[in-house]
Amino acid sequence: MDRMWALVERDLRRFRRSPTLIFVSMVFPLVQLLVLGYAFGGKLKDLKVGVVDQDRGVQAVKLREMFNAVHANARTFQTIDYHDERAAVDDLRNGRLDAVLDIPPNFSRDVLEKTAPRVALIEDNTDNFIEATLQGVFAPLLGAYNQPATTAARVPTAPTLAVVELYPYVPYIQYLLAGSTVLAIFVSAMIGGGIIYIDDKARGLHEGYLVTPITKFGLIFGFNLAGTIKAVIAGLVLAIFGSLIARIPDPFSPARLAKIALVDLATSLALISMMFLFMVRVNDPLVPRATFGVLNTLLFFPSGAVYPASAFPKWMRAISIADPFTYGVHAFKELMLKNTSLSAVAGDLTFLFLFAALMMAAATALFRRTL
Amino acid sequence: MGAIEVEKITKRFDGFTAVDAVSFVVESGEVFGLLGPNGAGKSTLIRMLTTLIPPSAGNARVSGFDIVHSAQEVRRSIGVIPQAMTSDLDLSLAENLIIFAKLYGVPRETRARRVKELLEAVELEQWTDKPVKFLSGGMRRRLEIARGLIHEPQVFFLDEPTTGLDPVSRVSVWEMLMKLKKERNLTILLTTHYMDEADKLCDRIAIVDHGKLVALDSPLKLKASIPGANILEVSFSPVPEGWLDTLKSLPDVARVTAVDHVFRVSSNNGPRTTVALVEAARGAGISLVSLSVQSTTLDDVFMHYTGRQLRDELQESAVYDPSFMYKK
Ligand SMILES: Nc1ncnc2c1ncn2[C@@H]1O[C@H](COP(=O)(O)OP(=O)(O)OP(=O)(O)O)[C@@H](O)[C@H]1O
Ligand SMILES: [Mg+2]
Repeated sequence: MDRMWALVERDLRRFRRSPTLIFVSMVFPLVQLLVLGYAFGGKLKDLKVGVVDQDRGVQAVKLREMFNAVHANARTFQTIDYHDERAAVDDLRNGRLDAVLDIPPNFSRDVLEKTAPRVALIEDNTDNFIEATLQGVFAPLLGAYNQPATTAARVPTAPTLAVVELYPYVPYIQYLLAGSTVLAIFVSAMIGGGIIYIDDKARGLHEGYLVTPITKFGLIFGFNLAGTIKAVIAGLVLAIFGSLIARIPDPFSPARLAKIALVDLATSLALISMMFLFMVRVNDPLVPRATFGVLNTLLFFPSGAVYPASAFPKWMRAISIADPFTYGVHAFKELMLKNTSLSAVAGDLTFLFLFAALMMAAATALFRRTL
Repeated sequence: MGAIEVEKITKRFDGFTAVDAVSFVVESGEVFGLLGPNGAGKSTLIRMLTTLIPPSAGNARVSGFDIVHSAQEVRRSIGVIPQAMTSDLDLSLAENLIIFAKLYGVPRETRARRVKELLEAVELEQWTDKPVKFLSGGMRRRLEIARGLIHEPQVFFLDEPTTGLDPVSRVSVWEMLMKLKKERNLTILLTTHYMDEADKLCDRIAIVDHGKLVALDSPLKLKASIPGANILEVSFSPVPEGWLDTLKSLPDVARVTAVDHVFRVSSNNGPRTTVALVEAARGAGISLVSLSVQSTTLDDVFMHYTGRQLRDELQESAVYDPSFMYKK
């Protein structure tokens, strides 16, 4: 017991002595949180939409007034009037416009005669995000335009979808925070349990331990406990600073923090024991360095940290099911975004602890108490 | 019972035999040296004895414990300084020692006192709380010697304790070891490829080459065991005709060669040959210009038993050192 703690003590003392390491394991996920958080998922603003009004009737004017109202409020897009359709499309091709809205010559008449009035949205479809945003704005706008002034006159048999939002609006940076927290744990595991562990081995530090009467289990638990403590710290620091940066409401309620700490512990144990299994027979210091990027990509992106897993192809969903990141990310999301009870993350916790036990068992079987 | 008993111990790596059926006994309180060139199998042998790698065949007992079946007991009774410097650079000297005291299970009450005593013994007490990275190579070696003794072992293994140190640091490490040995009645097994180190430190030396033990005895007896125990270098004025033959006929002379005006006389008994030579010169009425008597070195011993010079061996293994290649 004492012997195992000696290993832990050594590691923590060293961790404290070289703050660069602490920095690296937290700066990378924080930078990623900030950059990705603001790079993605921000609302598109001031898209330039050319409007070609070939109708010039009363109905077309009404439509254009609605667009102007959007511009004044949500500022998603601004309209620029064109007289000539060709000039507008040319500007779209040249990148001066993001889309062209074409109101055909007989629009007003079609509206009045109820003969399927049409407005054409000509888009630059090389940019999926702009395309989706504009469709998302114009489709409901035209829908609203089609509605008669009073809802009572609605056809009683036509079903409508009433959307109820359970939680306040979640900006993307908040969505990403769970992933960044798990990433901080992973980076800590990768550096402490991978790179430094193998460097120590190659420098002969382990040889120094192996000649002492510490047992095989003392060594295994010592290495893993030290790694887990560092990973838990990294995860907690990121969860706290990240919550402030992402403006998570009420981030420091003790109940929530306690639950987050538990998920942090489970995720750290899972990732450290996984790393220990990967490195248990490695001697070459290049190996952990070379696998860092691959492992990071392979575990982080399929986990649903940046994009929901339901959008993935089958093979990637298979990775996501086995990936401990997935469960850590899910549990952190539940707690950070919804502040759920522990029972909502019980499944994740179970997976993570079982996963850790499995990894440790395999690593113990492979671990050699000799050189 | 010897402190270390080795019986036909063998280590094979994928068909390559690094240590080949080596047997010897180290008595309690003895300083025993394994002398051999790079790749001779010294580290492999020490690693087997310190339970770091299992032997392929044969067995050994350290402090009476079998190195395979009672590995934990062996570990408790030995101190080990591996070939590589393995102290934690970011931690202080005291921290390094405390952590090893804990790894060895030194009781809490005695830890601090032992650390203080040992740092004084290796003359590093003024560095106690400084990080190890501030120490020179020789100081780090001395710290590791202290580390290896933190649990008061009976048997101390050192793998090339002075390799890579400058001459002053080497001497200070030697002195440290001799002092500690005397104070603590340690049994020491060390490896080295320096002849002077083996000669000065060791009570007995085992010469290892290509994994085999080729000779084992005290430095003096090893040197005495080979023919031509002394070399006399001598010059005369004037040199009469047939003087070379006169020299060859002196007692105990094995061989005489002349280079310019200097004669190299190889003798099986330096003192007797020297006296006879001085008398012969006086009788012939010629005077000695210079005379030096050199004794056999361990290098000559190594050469005698392996057919090669230890120095050459060391250089051969350094062919990838660029500075060595430019000289060619
Ligand atoms: N783990 C290993 N696998 C394969 N071969 C090995 C291994 N360890 C040592 N050897 C080989 O065994 C031989 C003896 O090596 P060893 O390290 O014991 O030599 P040494 O006498 O300590 O040399 P040095 O003076 O360079 O330290 C060498 O040829 C080495 O390449
Ligand atoms: Mg060696």
